[in-house]
Amino acid sequence: MTNRSRTVYLIPYVAWIVLFVVAPILLIGYYSFFDVEGNFTLANYEKFFTSVYLRMTLSSFWYAFLITAFSLLVAYPTAYLLTKAKHKQLWLLLIILPSWINLLLKAYAFIGLFGTYGFVNAVLEAIGIGNKQILFTDFSFVFVSVYIFIPFMILPIYNALEEMNPSLVLAARDLGASAWTTFRRVIFPLTIGGVKAGCMAVFIPALSLFMITRLIAGNRVITLGTAIEQHFLVTQDWGMGATIAVFLVIIMAIMMLLTGNRKRGLIDAQKK
Amino acid sequence: MPRRSKWKLSNLYLIAVFVILYAPIFYLMYYSFNSGGSMHEFEGFTLEWYQEVFADTRLLIIVLNTFVIALLSALISTILGVLGALAIHGMRRMRPKQTLLTLNNVLIVSPDVVIGASFLILFTIVGIKLGFVSVLMSHIAFSVPIVVIMVLPKLQEMSSTLIDAARDLGASSWQVLTKVVLPFIKPGIFAGFFMALTYSLDDFAVTFFVTGNGFSTLSVEIYSRARQGVSLSINALSTLIFLFTIVLVIGYYFINRRNSKPVAKEGR
Amino acid sequence: MKGLVRAFIAIIVVSAGLMYLTAYLNSSEGYSGGNTLTIYNWGDYIDPELISQFEEETGIKVIYQTFDSNEAMMTKIAQGGTTYDVAVPSEYAISKMLEEDLLLEIDHSKLPNLEHIDPRFMHLSFDPDNAYSIPYFWGTVGVLFNPDAVGDLTFDSWDDLWDESLRNDILLLDGAREVIGMGLNSLGYSLNDTDEGHLQEAKAKLDKLTPNVKAIVGDEIKMLLANEEAAVGLVWSGDASEIMGENEKLDYIVPSEGSNLWFDNMVIPKTAKNIEGAHQFINFMLDPEVAAVNAEYVGYSTPNASALELLDEEISGDERFYPDEELTSRLEVYENLGRRMLSHYNELFLEFKMHKK
Repeated sequence: MTNRSRTVYLIPYVAWIVLFVVAPILLIGYYSFFDVEGNFTLANYEKFFTSVYLRMTLSSFWYAFLITAFSLLVAYPTAYLLTKAKHKQLWLLLIILPSWINLLLKAYAFIGLFGTYGFVNAVLEAIGIGNKQILFTDFSFVFVSVYIFIPFMILPIYNALEEMNPSLVLAARDLGASAWTTFRRVIFPLTIGGVKAGCMAVFIPALSLFMITRLIAGNRVITLGTAIEQHFLVTQDWGMGATIAVFLVIIMAIMMLLTGNRKRGLIDAQKK
Repeated sequence: MPRRSKWKLSNLYLIAVFVILYAPIFYLMYYSFNSGGSMHEFEGFTLEWYQEVFADTRLLIIVLNTFVIALLSALISTILGVLGALAIHGMRRMRPKQTLLTLNNVLIVSPDVVIGASFLILFTIVGIKLGFVSVLMSHIAFSVPIVVIMVLPKLQEMSSTLIDAARDLGASSWQVLTKVVLPFIKPGIFAGFFMALTYSLDDFAVTFFVTGNGFSTLSVEIYSRARQGVSLSINALSTLIFLFTIVLVIGYYFINRRNSKPVAKEGR
Repeated sequence: MKGLVRAFIAIIVVSAGLMYLTAYLNSSEGYSGGNTLTIYNWGDYIDPELISQFEEETGIKVIYQTFDSNEAMMTKIAQGGTTYDVAVPSEYAISKMLEEDLLLEIDHSKLPNLEHIDPRFMHLSFDPDNAYSIPYFWGTVGVLFNPDAVGDLTFDSWDDLWDESLRNDILLLDGAREVIGMGLNSLGYSLNDTDEGHLQEAKAKLDKLTPNVKAIVGDEIKMLLANEEAAVGLVWSGDASEIMGENEKLDYIVPSEGSNLWFDNMVIPKTAKNIEGAHQFINFMLDPEVAAVNAEYVGYSTPNASALELLDEEISGDERFYPDEELTSRLEVYENLGRRMLSHYNELFLEFKMHKK
C-alpha cells in the first residue's frame, strides 16, 4: 500500500476517531472528576474502590464471562454447520433477522414465555417436571443474554470458517487425524481470529447490559451497566457514571493488550 | 450408519437453534392477533391491532425514520469502516496501530448510556440541534467500529502476494483496491454492513439522548409506550416489519443467485 | 466492486424514497406547518381522542412525544435543543426544574377552568402559588396484593411485607425514593428524612426484606402482577387501578403509617415556542368534561373536583383511589432533598439491590 493511498484512507477515519471517540472519552474523563454537585474531586474514584462497586465489577465479569462462553459454545457449531449448508447466505441472514426486532419486545416475549404461567412452564408441567421459577434467575438472565449476542458471535466465526482453506482439513484427515484432533489442531487455530473478534463483540457489551438485568433478572443481577444507567439517568450523578465508564475503557484497553497482537507481530515479521 | 446419524444430529442442532431464535418472535406474532389486549391470555382472533397501526400516522412516520437512519448510517459507517480497516491494516508500526485499534473499540465497550450522554454534550457544545442529523451522526459513529472489526480479519487473511502479483501485472493503486482487495474482503464488508444495520435498528439509549424536536425512532417510541403497557399494535407492527424483511431477504437472495449463477460456474 | 457499487446505489435510492415518503406524511398531517403545539408527556397518559378534539376545537396541530422517566425528560429540556410547549413532570422534578430555572410562569388569567381543581391539590410545597405548574393527575404509593394468596395479611401496616409467608413473593418498584421511603415510613420516619442514622436503620430493615423480594422491576411490574407472577407489589395507585382492571382478584391499600402522595403537573418549559397554544391546551385539559373523559381512560386520580362529580360513583367513590382528607393528610409529598442526598439515596438503593438473599 502506497503512503499516499494510506493517508487518504486514514483521514476520514481518523477524523471520525477524533470527533467521536477521543473527544467523548476526554469529556467522560473530565466529568469523572466532578461530584454530583459540580465540585472537583477524586471522591468518585475512591468510591469505586469500595466493596459495593468492586463486588459489582466482579459480578459483571463473571456474568460476562459466562455469557461469552455459552455464546461461543452455541455459536461455533452453528457457524460450522452453516458453512456446510446449502443457501448458506440465506441461513445467515435468517439468523441475524431476529435481532432486528426490538429488544424490549423480545424481552417482554421472554417474560411471557418464562413466566410462572407461561409457555415453558406449561410444557414443563405437561411432561411432568412441574412448575419452576425461570424468570428472575441467573439461568434466564444468561439465556436471554446469549440469545441477544448469538448473531454477533456467529458472524465473525462464520467468516473465519469460510475463509479457511478446506484442503487443510482434508489433509489432516488424510494424515489420520480424528475429527476432534482436526478441530483442535487445524480448524480452531485457523479461525481464532474470528473467535477473538466474536468474544470481544460479546464480552464487553455484556459487561454493560442494563435493560436485561432489570427485565429478565429483576435486578437480582447488577452489572456495571446497570450502575452507569442509574447514575446517568436517575441520580444525575454524571460524575460517578463517568468514573465507572472510565474503568470500563481501561479494562477494555488492558484486555486488548493481553489477547494481543503479539502473535500477529510474529506473522508480520515473517511476512517481511 | 455413522454418516446418517451425524447428519441428523447436526440438522437437529441447527433446527433447535432456529427454533429458540424465533420462539419469542412467533410469540409476539401470535399475540398480535389477540383480541384480549395483552400478551397474557389469547382470547380471540382480531385484526384490530393491524388497523390501529395503519391509522397511527405518527407511528408510521417513526418507522420510516427508523429505517432511513438505519440504512444511511449503515451505509456511511461501512464506507468509513472499510477505509479505516484499510488504513489500520496498512500501518507498519505496532504502536500507532495498536492505539488506533484500541480507540476503535472504545465505542463498542462503552455502555450505550455513556455514549449517548457524551454525544449529547458534544452536540450541545458544537451547537447541533437535536433531530435527524444528530441521530444519524451518532448511529454512524457507533457503527464504524463494528465494521472495522468485521473487515480487518479479512484483510489480515489476505495474502500480500495477491497485491504484489497485481502490481507486477501493472495494476494501478486504484485497480489494486477495486479489483483485488475489495472483492476479497466483500464478505467482511457485507457482514459489517449488516451488523451496522442491526446496531442501528436496535439502538435505544444513544438515540434517546440525542433525539428531539419531533424526531423519534421505533425503539425510543416503544420504550416510552411501555410505561403503560405495550399495546398490541406494537406487536402487529413488529410482525409486519418482520414479514416484510423476510420477504426482502429471501427475495433478494434468490434474485442474486439467479444473477450470479453463470458467473459462479465459470469462476470455479 | 460492481456488486458493491450496485448495492450502494440501491440503498441510496431506497433511503431517498423513504425520506420522501416521510416528508409527505409529515406535511399531510400538518406536522411541519406552523401553528403546532409540542407536548411532552408520559407514555399513554392521555386519551388520544382528546388530542383530536383539541385540534378540532382550536385548529392547532399537536405533536405528541412521550418519555418514561422524569430524569430523562429533564435532561432533554435542560439541554436546550428541544422546543416542547407543554411537559408533565412529577412534583419532585418540578422543584428541580424550578431550581434550574427551566420553567415559564403560567398566566392564570388565561386559565378560566382552573377553578375546577380541588383546592386540596393546589398550593403544595413544591410550587406554592402554582405559578409554574397545574395539577394533571395525582395518586399514592401503596401495596397491591392478591387476597387469596396472602392469607390473613391486610397490609394495613408496612410491616406485613416482612412476613415470612411472603418468601420470594414480592415485587418492588425500581425507585430509590419509593423503596427507601417505604423503609423509612415503616419505622415511623418521614420519607423525606435525611438523618444518616435513620437512613441506615431503614437500609438495615430493607436488607431483611430481601428474602421476600422476588424482583425489582420497572413498568413491566403491571404485566407481572396482573399475571400473578407474585402475590404482592409495591406500586403507584394509578398502576394499581390498571392492574386491577386486568385482574379483578387483586386489591390495593395504602398502609397507615404513611406513604407518598405524588402529583404529575403540567408545566411550560422555558424553551417553548407556542406559549399561547400551551395555555389553551392546559385550559382545555382543565375543562371538567375533558378531565373526566381523561380520568376514565387513563385510570389515575384526577385533581379536578368538577370532573369528579361527572364520574361514575363507582370510580369517584372508590376510597382506594380517591382517599379522603384524613388519609391524604398522613401522606407526604416528596421534597427535593438536594443532589447530594439524592445521590446518597441511590447509593443505598444500589447496595440494597446487591444484597444477597
